[in-house]
Amino acid sequence: MNIIVVGLSHKTAAVEIREKVAFSPTQMEKPLHALVAIPDITEGVIVSTCNRVEIYATTRDIAGGIARIKRFLADYHNFPLETLEPHLYSYHGEAATRHVFRVASSLDSMVVGEPQILGQIKTSYGYAAEYKSSGIILNRFLHKAFSVAKRVRTETKIASSAVSVAFAAVELAKKIFGDLSDKTVMLIGAGEMCELAAKHFINTGVRGVMVTNRTFERAVKLAEEFDGKAVNYEDLFDQLHKADIILSSTGAPHFIIKPKDIEEVIRRRKLKPMFFIDIAVPRDIDPKVNDVENIYLYTVDDLNGVVATNLEQRKKESEKAEAIVEQEIGQFFKWLSSLEVTPTIVALRSKFDEIRKSELAKTMANWKDLPPEGEKRLEALTHAIMNKLLHQPTSVLKRTDQGNRNDLYVDALRNLFDLETAPHEDMELGELEE
Amino acid sequence: MNALLFYCTLGIYIFATVIYLIYLVKPEQLLGRAAHWVVSAGFIAHLAFTVNRFVEVGHTPITNLHESLSFFSLAVIGIFIIFERKYKMFVLGSFITPLALILLAVSTTFPSAITPLNPALKSKWLAVHTIVAFLGYGAFAISFGASIMYLIQSHFLKSKKLGAMFQRLPSLDTLDDISYRCLTFGFPLLTFAIISGAIWAETAWGTYWSWDPKETWSLITWFVYAALLHGRLTTGWRGRKAAILSIIGFFIMLFTFLGVNLLLSGLHSYK
Repeated sequence: MNIIVVGLSHKTAAVEIREKVAFSPTQMEKPLHALVAIPDITEGVIVSTCNRVEIYATTRDIAGGIARIKRFLADYHNFPLETLEPHLYSYHGEAATRHVFRVASSLDSMVVGEPQILGQIKTSYGYAAEYKSSGIILNRFLHKAFSVAKRVRTETKIASSAVSVAFAAVELAKKIFGDLSDKTVMLIGAGEMCELAAKHFINTGVRGVMVTNRTFERAVKLAEEFDGKAVNYEDLFDQLHKADIILSSTGAPHFIIKPKDIEEVIRRRKLKPMFFIDIAVPRDIDPKVNDVENIYLYTVDDLNGVVATNLEQRKKESEKAEAIVEQEIGQFFKWLSSLEVTPTIVALRSKFDEIRKSELAKTMANWKDLPPEGEKRLEALTHAIMNKLLHQPTSVLKRTDQGNRNDLYVDALRNLFDLETAPHEDMELGELEE
Repeated sequence: MNALLFYCTLGIYIFATVIYLIYLVKPEQLLGRAAHWVVSAGFIAHLAFTVNRFVEVGHTPITNLHESLSFFSLAVIGIFIIFERKYKMFVLGSFITPLALILLAVSTTFPSAITPLNPALKSKWLAVHTIVAFLGYGAFAISFGASIMYLIQSHFLKSKKLGAMFQRLPSLDTLDDISYRCLTFGFPLLTFAIISGAIWAETAWGTYWSWDPKETWSLITWFVYAALLHGRLTTGWRGRKAAILSIIGFFIMLFTFLGVNLLLSGLHSYK
């Protein structure tokens, strides 16, 4: 049995193409059933996110299977295959395994190390499991992919540093204040980046938000959105000491916050540290503010610098992650190849024969006056019993039209009779809940 | 037996310091935990040495520089282990264990031979006065370590040098908190050491206070830390300023302890 992957991603197709062949996450039953109804496709999982649409399947016929899935992807969405074809990639065997392990470990993501992709694959797998389109191979395959992703996440620092400006600001705030749950964020002015950063802070959990704007109505509106408190712009310096983290992005052509003002503010705060983030261009805050005791001022350039360093670090960490992926591919293939029918039958026969021979030897050793003729007959009798017992299961296994049930039998057989096989890891469905 | 325990302790402290320094470069959780257990083992050996020494000499073994440096080191490690358990932060050890190791190593440069106890020290106050004083010193030493880390981290943040070391050091708030807690723990101990010393002086020398250099410098140390705590509670001396003052306080304390004994002569010059 072979694993094949057909799909397209942000690396091969623009969003205009990707959206045409995306599957709606709420209606997965129909496409999943259609997928496994394709001739020679025994199992199937569909992963559809905003950055990729991929189909994982098992088949006996690699080339035919890939071609049929490509056709399915186009036909299902009524999209011409000729247009779609150049954007599609397909893998089989080891390359397919590598691809899926890398995707799950977020090594193939637009932002390497972003954590969402693993959850998205888990959800996709959840549908396949629910609608029974995945079987023993893809179940094991995806659980393996999840455990690889988990290993990558815990053994490398690929996802440990912030790679967006907003997130970098939160990380820095944590390095100053430790716990943010009793800290107040203040927004001066408005702007996309500023609001995004504020949202990150709110998601991390801060005590409160204060908003001020030259037009008070806008401050009120934004404050409502963040469940915060609007402050009159004229009262800014009367209120500033209540804020620990200040996000500033006004359209003012000159500095609105100067060291002199801040010295006053910090005294009112009894020198408790403050973290200023100046997102405005031209800048809102005089850079000399950074020299004031216990004040830390970062501009958008400083934050970009942090992000660049972190991305560099991620690149280094992704090399470690690739090594983990390679290691795990080997392990998975050991198991997959154990599902082949012929070696399984050979192993089963030799196991039976071993038992037969050892029992026979025991009996004959205690049978003092056994004639040579009797010895031969005993030999023939036990052999015949063994062959009769093995005949039915062997012929069922040899029938190739069993589809994915065949793999199920082989796997069960190997477990039941403890035949030599790849080590079974504990890959319970419980892992899905993370 | 005693020498064996001592060098055992020294050896374990060297080992612990090495692990803590490796941890600073390669912050693996496992390494940190190993360091914690090694330093704890060192502490037990050190404690055994101190108890054994107590039995051997027949009085609290804090009567000469060899013994008091060793006890100082013991107090530093003991308080550090408590903080490490509380904050689950191994990186503090990279700064504290070298300090404790130096104290213990320096103690070997002073004679360790058991000499008859100076008659002036024969008193039940010896144990109380010295143990309390060195526990206070230990707390100030941890505050010193946390303050150094604060200054380093604050420098990284101000200058935007956010390298690997920055990632490893804890948040400013945590460091400030550790430093402050140590002060609130050490200051009452220092106060009590001075008071118990005065009472002892009254019974031994007939006067509560005689402006002996040790007494004077203890008072200076007390005032520095009192000023720091007062400033913190009223006008809010925190952060960098508090860290710098805590470091200054530690050096004055070191002078009170070592400088006075070695450089100035007076009633307390036990060597």
